[in-house]
Amino acid sequence: MRIAILGFGSVGRGIARAILAKNLDITVTGLADSRSGIIDPAGIDLEAALSRKDNGGPCGSLDVTPADVVAKADYDVLVEVTPTNVDDGEPALGHIRGALRRGKHVVTSNKGPIALAYPELRDLAATNGVFLRYEATVCGAIPLIHAMKEGLAGNTISRLYGVFNGTCNYILTRMAEDGLTYEQALAEARELGYAEADPTYDVEGIDAGIKLVILANTVLDMRTTLDDVERTGITLLTPEALRLAEDQDCTIRLIGEIVPEAGVLRVSPRIIAKSHPLVVEGTLNAVTVETDLAGDLTFIGKGAGSVETASAVIGDLLYIRDRHVQGS
Amino acid sequence: MKLEMRDQPGQLVAALQPISAVGGNIIAVIHQRETPAATETLDVQIVLELPEGRLSRLLELLREQGVSVVRIDEERLLYECTLIMIGHLMHTDLSDTVDRIDMTGSAEVTELSLVMPAISSPSSARITIRSTTREEMKKAIRILRSVAEQKDLLIIEPLEGA
Ligand SMILES: NC(=O)c1ccc[n+]([C@@H]2O[C@H](COP(=O)([O-])OP(=O)(O)OC[C@H]3O[C@@H](n4cnc5c(N)ncnc54)[C@H](OP(=O)(O)O)[C@@H]3O)[C@@H](O)[C@H]2O)c1
Repeated sequence: MRIAILGFGSVGRGIARAILAKNLDITVTGLADSRSGIIDPAGIDLEAALSRKDNGGPCGSLDVTPADVVAKADYDVLVEVTPTNVDDGEPALGHIRGALRRGKHVVTSNKGPIALAYPELRDLAATNGVFLRYEATVCGAIPLIHAMKEGLAGNTISRLYGVFNGTCNYILTRMAEDGLTYEQALAEARELGYAEADPTYDVEGIDAGIKLVILANTVLDMRTTLDDVERTGITLLTPEALRLAEDQDCTIRLIGEIVPEAGVLRVSPRIIAKSHPLVVEGTLNAVTVETDLAGDLTFIGKGAGSVETASAVIGDLLYIRDRHVQGS
Repeated sequence: MKLEMRDQPGQLVAALQPISAVGGNIIAVIHQRETPAATETLDVQIVLELPEGRLSRLLELLREQGVSVVRIDEERLLYECTLIMIGHLMHTDLSDTVDRIDMTGSAEVTELSLVMPAISSPSSARITIRSTTREEMKKAIRILRSVAEQKDLLIIEPLEGA
């Protein structure tokens, strides 16, 4: 199977490393970062591209653009792993449309295009007889979308709730464990690379909100946008509040919740018993799905990370290969 | 809880003693005519609070005293919900915040723990609300949410409701 990768950051490089480390029968024929690109039908030397990147250089040649890779490279699947833009999904959205129109499958970890334009992209994929998959957009390594769409097909989902943002979970874990203030815990998360320089997207619940929108629109047959999510972040939490929860064997976690029948999408800090399965430590993610046939299921795993997120992307790639791609 | 009994001579006195014996608290004693056209018979209604689990002992004692209880109307604060509030709780009149819930009559704040770390920095409080029904609890939480919005407080609700 031949793939083109757009974006050679944490996720893109994780995919390259997994391809190098394991015999996955995947050839990369196109690659681009923000300033450069490579097209090579015979297969790009990933080792060399990784070392160029590690030395701070571009991954390819400066006169090949991402749009060139989308339009001209010879690939079966476009892997779109560039940064999330929650306002208009661009330029990823345009690249995904371009690949689908060329009759190419698309796998993405990018939340923007899926949250903003899923119905359109799904129809475009269907018209062109190709797959559009996006497992990595929600909870990194946890195969939540696959589980809900395939494993739980036939179930009615009455409620879904969980910890969708590892950064917030880390901060709250540290505030509860050691009585740190929000500012102290955030500084620590930054030092460890768990939080961005501008943490707004995580700590205001936007990231968790987008993941809810993706699940609502792609798995639960809802039509929602980020504006439909009632959203409260964690920036105002105090160590005293955590201690008051602690006194009752509870703690506080940022919980994303969907109640499909009531049309509720909500991200907010909630009081939760410490013995509850959703109370996970550090940057882990955890999601409980309440269903009619299967009962309650809880998924716990790594919500981010280079190789962990690559795992979800590769799962999607092999799913497509096993069903569609002939030859390689 | 409301107890109703016939107002026969001596019955009221006979009824009051066992109530205090089981640790009850009499809130009101109301005399009322049973039906407008009726004879001289009066009903007595006693409104009281009783600790959990004492009702059967009270009824036993009342029977021993020869008091006939016509009807028992029990209302229990069955539902409990604990929330946390963060913000300038004192400056925004905490007792008014509590009053707005108590004013509903069917839900009340039964516990409040307040931590004030330093002047001018936000304080945190844990507040326990009890109510007679799930609906009343939802209503109380809605009230708290709207008060919080007015007063710019953060309300942290439990993952599972009442
Ligand atoms: N990291 C995770 O654990 C994780 C988990 C789940 C989902 N995701 C999602 O996966 C996506 C990628 O995340 P990441 O952590 O790998 O991000 P990242 O480390 O910031 O890497 C982004 C890559 O995209 C490249 N890029 C930026 N703009 C581009 C453009 N217009 N065209 C082509 N390439 C462009 C960047 O180029 P330069 O190298 O030149 O800067 C960089 O190589 C994001 O949408 C993120 O939300 C990430």
